[in-house]
Amino acid sequence: MNRMFAIVEREMRKFFRSPTLMIMSLMMPVMQLLIMGNAFGGKIVGAHVAVVDLDHGPQAVKIREGFDSIAVNIKTFTTVEYNNEVLAREDVRTGKVDAAVIIPPQYSRRVYAQDAPRIGFVVDNSDLFTSGSLEAEMQLLVTALTTPVIQPRLANQISLEIVELYPYVNYLKFLLPACIALAMYISVMIGGGMLYIDDKARGVHEGYLVTPITKLELVFGLNMAGAIKATLSGICLTVIGSLMAGLGIIFHPWVLLQLLILILGTSIAFNGMMFLLMVRVEDPLTPRAMFGVLNLLLFYPSGAMYPIASFPWWLRAIAVIDPFTYCIHGFKSIILKDGGFVAIKFDLLFLFVFGISTLLVATPLFKRTL
Amino acid sequence: MMKPVITSAQAQGAKQPAIEVAHIVKRYGDFEAVKDVSFSVADGEIFGLLGPNGAGKSTLIRMMTTLVPITAGKAFVAGFDVEHDPDAVRRKIGVIPQALTSDPDLTLEENLSIYAKLYSVPKAEREKNIDQVLEAVDLTKWRGAQTKTLSGGMRRRLEIARGLVHNPHIFFLDEPTTGLDPVSRIAVWEMLDNLRKTRKLTMLITTHYMEEADKLCDRIAIVDHGKLVALGTPIELKHNVPGANVVEVHFDRETEQWQTRLEALDGVTSVQAQSAGYYRVLTTSGSRTTMQLVELAASLGETLTSLSVQNTTLDDVFVHYTGHQLRDEQVKPAVFAMPPRPGDRL
Repeated sequence: MNRMFAIVEREMRKFFRSPTLMIMSLMMPVMQLLIMGNAFGGKIVGAHVAVVDLDHGPQAVKIREGFDSIAVNIKTFTTVEYNNEVLAREDVRTGKVDAAVIIPPQYSRRVYAQDAPRIGFVVDNSDLFTSGSLEAEMQLLVTALTTPVIQPRLANQISLEIVELYPYVNYLKFLLPACIALAMYISVMIGGGMLYIDDKARGVHEGYLVTPITKLELVFGLNMAGAIKATLSGICLTVIGSLMAGLGIIFHPWVLLQLLILILGTSIAFNGMMFLLMVRVEDPLTPRAMFGVLNLLLFYPSGAMYPIASFPWWLRAIAVIDPFTYCIHGFKSIILKDGGFVAIKFDLLFLFVFGISTLLVATPLFKRTL
Repeated sequence: MMKPVITSAQAQGAKQPAIEVAHIVKRYGDFEAVKDVSFSVADGEIFGLLGPNGAGKSTLIRMMTTLVPITAGKAFVAGFDVEHDPDAVRRKIGVIPQALTSDPDLTLEENLSIYAKLYSVPKAEREKNIDQVLEAVDLTKWRGAQTKTLSGGMRRRLEIARGLVHNPHIFFLDEPTTGLDPVSRIAVWEMLDNLRKTRKLTMLITTHYMEEADKLCDRIAIVDHGKLVALGTPIELKHNVPGANVVEVHFDRETEQWQTRLEALDGVTSVQAQSAGYYRVLTTSGSRTTMQLVELAASLGETLTSLSVQNTTLDDVFVHYTGHQLRDEQVKPAVFAMPPRPGDRL
């Protein structure tokens, strides 16, 4: 037992003596949270929309008043006056404006005559996010224009009342669970994978193997050290990320306990997986080459960025066995939904069972000789 | 834990050897790295395995230290069977691998403490042992320094201290001075000699330095291509080489007759051409051969660039037993072919 703790002591002393690992494992996820969280989470502001008014009637004026209201309040777009429909369309195509609204001749008359009036909206759909936002704004405006001023006594439309269970989740908050998982993965990859193979190549393991340490003590010592490093990375990113995203979860002891257990389960699962992958590797280049591939293979199918329900069957199959899936589901359940242990019990079960199973498979593969 | 095995030598009343290797073989697929090697090392002896790189020395030491499984044959260390009781062997030995295995980020004390724990040295003894080994390798004042701040020689001394921190009886050192400058190398030799005297250690050293083997070892086994080709004390081995002296002569210019002319001199047992005009002449009488050689050169009007007479060295022993020089093996020409340029026809 003491020999196992000697291995842990060596690894931890090395870890704290050289903070590069800790910094590197936190740097990328924090940057991702900072940049992607702010870049993807924002709303479109200050787009340019060409307005070609071929009607000039009172109903056209109402539309333009609506545009002015948007430009002053929500600021999604500002309008640019055009008097030529062809030129407006060409300017959308060449990117001078983001969209063009065409108010056709006789629009006001057709509104009064209830003769299915239409407004043309030309969008640059090569940019789905901008075109989607502009379309949504236009749809709201059109709905407002269509709503009768005097409501009929009997409502003839079914409406949907949306109840949002949780406070508004901005992209920064949405991204936080993925970033915590990523920080722990990087810590395991560098601290458990690369350093392990580097130590092997440098002969450090040869030094261990000539001592009376048993195979189990060595395997458990190395894995315990790897799991502690990953846990520390997970805790650091949870605290930093929560403060960045403005979440108060870290100030609630019960939630903190849930997070801590989930971080521990994730560390064991990630570390067990990494040890199994690296147990027979000798070449220090291998873990470096695997780093990106594994990241792609495990992170994106996990539902961290896109819902698993939208994946094809083979990607869903990866998600089912991917420990990232359960880790991210667990973090989302606690951080975004405050779901408690009930919401994460299956995630915890999977992570602990996965971690212990991979370790059990890896142990007989570990060579006590060179 | 198994009890020490009574070997045949011990059964006959002789003192049990510290290390006994019998018909040991190591195969990697079809390649036989160690071929039927047998020897024994007496208690308190410094035993050297001498041979070029790739001769099988490290494989031999790795089999004895439980790092590599033995394909065939037997090895006993401190009376324990290496194959069947490796843990008992590990407790009795200290091993210094060829690579520097101490952690560069840790201090000397931390490195030693962790290894003491790996050997389950009790806490009370740990501090005392660390003090003693640091003192023995003259690194006490660097105790708190990070290992990466040490010079190559100091790091090698730390490795030696690390191997001694649990007070082993038998010490294995795999090329302990490789990569060190001559001054550091001599310092390590002196230190090992002191350790042997003060700690009564049995040492097994692999080396490809003739001088190291000559200076340190009580007995030497010459290993070449996985085989043990000679075994004895340095003096015994030198005596086995015909010729008591070596005359090294360098002529101003090379002629085809030099080899024949030198072989014809009195007492000459062997002539080895080293390079153009440069010969090593083994002779039973260095002084007589030297005089004859000078006279011969003067009579032919040839100039001698250099001339030296020395006793037979282990280098000559190695050549005698293997048919080639140790340095021939060490400096193999690198085969490099330029890759074809894009567009070139193959």
